[in-house]
Amino acid sequence: MSTEPLVKPYLELRRETAARDHGLREKVMSLDEAAALVKDGEHVGIGGCTMSRTPMAMLWALIRAGRKDLTVSRSITSTEGDLLYASGVSRHIITSWFSQGIVWGVSKVMRHYTERKLARFDEWSHMSIGLRYRAGAMGVPFMATRSMLGSDVARRREDEVKTITCPFTGEEVMLLPALNPDTVLIHVQRADAYGNAQLDGLQFMDIDMAMAAKRVILTTERIVSNDQIRRTPDHTRIPFFTVDAVVEAPFGAAPHECYGVYEPFFSHLDLYAEMTAKDAEGGARRYLDEYIHGSKSWPDYLAKLGMEAVLDASRRGRSIHND
Amino acid sequence: MTEQPTSTYTASELLAVMAARLLEDGQIVFAGVGIPLLAATLAQRAHAPRLTILFEGGVVGPFIVPGELPPSTNEQRCTRRANMVLPITDVLLLLQRGYVDVGFMGGAQIDRYGNLNSSFIGDADDPKIRLPGTGGGNDISSLTQMIVAMKHEKRRFVSKVDFITSPGFIEGGSSRADRGLPAGGMWRVVTDLAVMGFDERSHEMKVLALHPGVTAEQVRDNTGFDIAIPDDVGRTEPPRRQELDVVRNLDPDRLYTA
Repeated sequence: MSTEPLVKPYLELRRETAARDHGLREKVMSLDEAAALVKDGEHVGIGGCTMSRTPMAMLWALIRAGRKDLTVSRSITSTEGDLLYASGVSRHIITSWFSQGIVWGVSKVMRHYTERKLARFDEWSHMSIGLRYRAGAMGVPFMATRSMLGSDVARRREDEVKTITCPFTGEEVMLLPALNPDTVLIHVQRADAYGNAQLDGLQFMDIDMAMAAKRVILTTERIVSNDQIRRTPDHTRIPFFTVDAVVEAPFGAAPHECYGVYEPFFSHLDLYAEMTAKDAEGGARRYLDEYIHGSKSWPDYLAKLGMEAVLDASRRGRSIHND
Repeated sequence: MTEQPTSTYTASELLAVMAARLLEDGQIVFAGVGIPLLAATLAQRAHAPRLTILFEGGVVGPFIVPGELPPSTNEQRCTRRANMVLPITDVLLLLQRGYVDVGFMGGAQIDRYGNLNSSFIGDADDPKIRLPGTGGGNDISSLTQMIVAMKHEKRRFVSKVDFITSPGFIEGGSSRADRGLPAGGMWRVVTDLAVMGFDERSHEMKVLALHPGVTAEQVRDNTGFDIAIPDDVGRTEPPRRQELDVVRNLDPDRLYTA
């Protein structure tokens, strides 16, 4: 489909990086303003993993903005992948695992779109996705791995991976192409107005993703002062100069979880599974209409989840700090 | 305390108990959620207090809180009382570096050479069912010794998987090493009927021990290929009340053991 090279040429990568404003400047904006930074057809990397720190508020905004034909990559894909397929924002997802979560069985929406060939699901091993982002973050064209060899997962990616004989040891290793997304969306617990982001708990692939990307959009539970960041610089995981937008989005990963703030909204996720169980396409469409397009604002989406659900998820989320 | 056998347990409980017994003290175990996590936690409490669990979400050495089983390996529940959290890529690289003694997963479909399929039922280009895919399964099975826990059903135990998501011994013999996977490999398959291993040379699956009350005939009837069952096949000890109590305490809502 695309005639672009699999790996971005190094000098182009350098040029793009050099062209960005590296100054310590404020980047705070609204969800809608941030959504306008993403162009149709781009490669968008999604931070977090499965039901954790999914940048859901940002995806809510991209769906509402009618963004289309994005190529999306993520470590593991959950309900947000269903919504990207069903809305047409993306019909091409690169990931290692794609379903709502094992307790809900195999995603009917993923099955509907992939089995009818309405959408692509390019499967890579989990570590391969991670090493592709890491190569992108390191500014090298590939990473070598001992995984994926001999499997049909690699065979299906034969145009994208290379098996070589190691020049030092003579062993066979697999080379994975660097992945440098155009935009990466990451949700964090706190960041300052410049984009210094502090992550609590599981980091997933977010740091490599931020370093690999041409553009980073941060959503954050809260914006804190730069002074506060400077008191604990060892907690800062993403440096400000990789970041292009900072959006304050409380409960911005709902109905998924944000470490130490809220756990997944399990009853809402049960409801979603129920809505899509019998009629995958219709159910996902109804969910988009009712919850995504049918909410006036991100707080209004949260209101649709319900105060009781918000409080329950918060109680469970904060319980990680209990002895 | 006396260790009483008991005859009332579900297939999943039996699976968790039998799988736990395969783990040894001091091991580092890369565990998936569900039965593997229940079994690894049971092993910690029963006989392997120095066993360390790794989760692919990036967690090193957590202790699971009863009644708060994580829905995936990527939620905060996975980090309770952990020693460390790492980025996903780095925890997976521990497999490649050789720190992981056992990889422990569930399986959707397995074949006579221990290859696992969790990607496609039918032809991958035109599948009957698109399954969720590998996740870390391919990395774990490529890079360490594996235990798989699954239900023993004919449609799951097939002669040749439709798609090799997580490699076992590929086509048997030396084909795994020949394809560039010199380390690791399938070690044990635990089901609700039996414990299986693999022939040292041909790498074909064979039955090592039958669970209480299970006949060789039952295993053959539920296996989609000709499986070797020696005449002097072993017998597993029935689950003990203490083992079942731990499992039930961990999963009071029967999320994974119904």
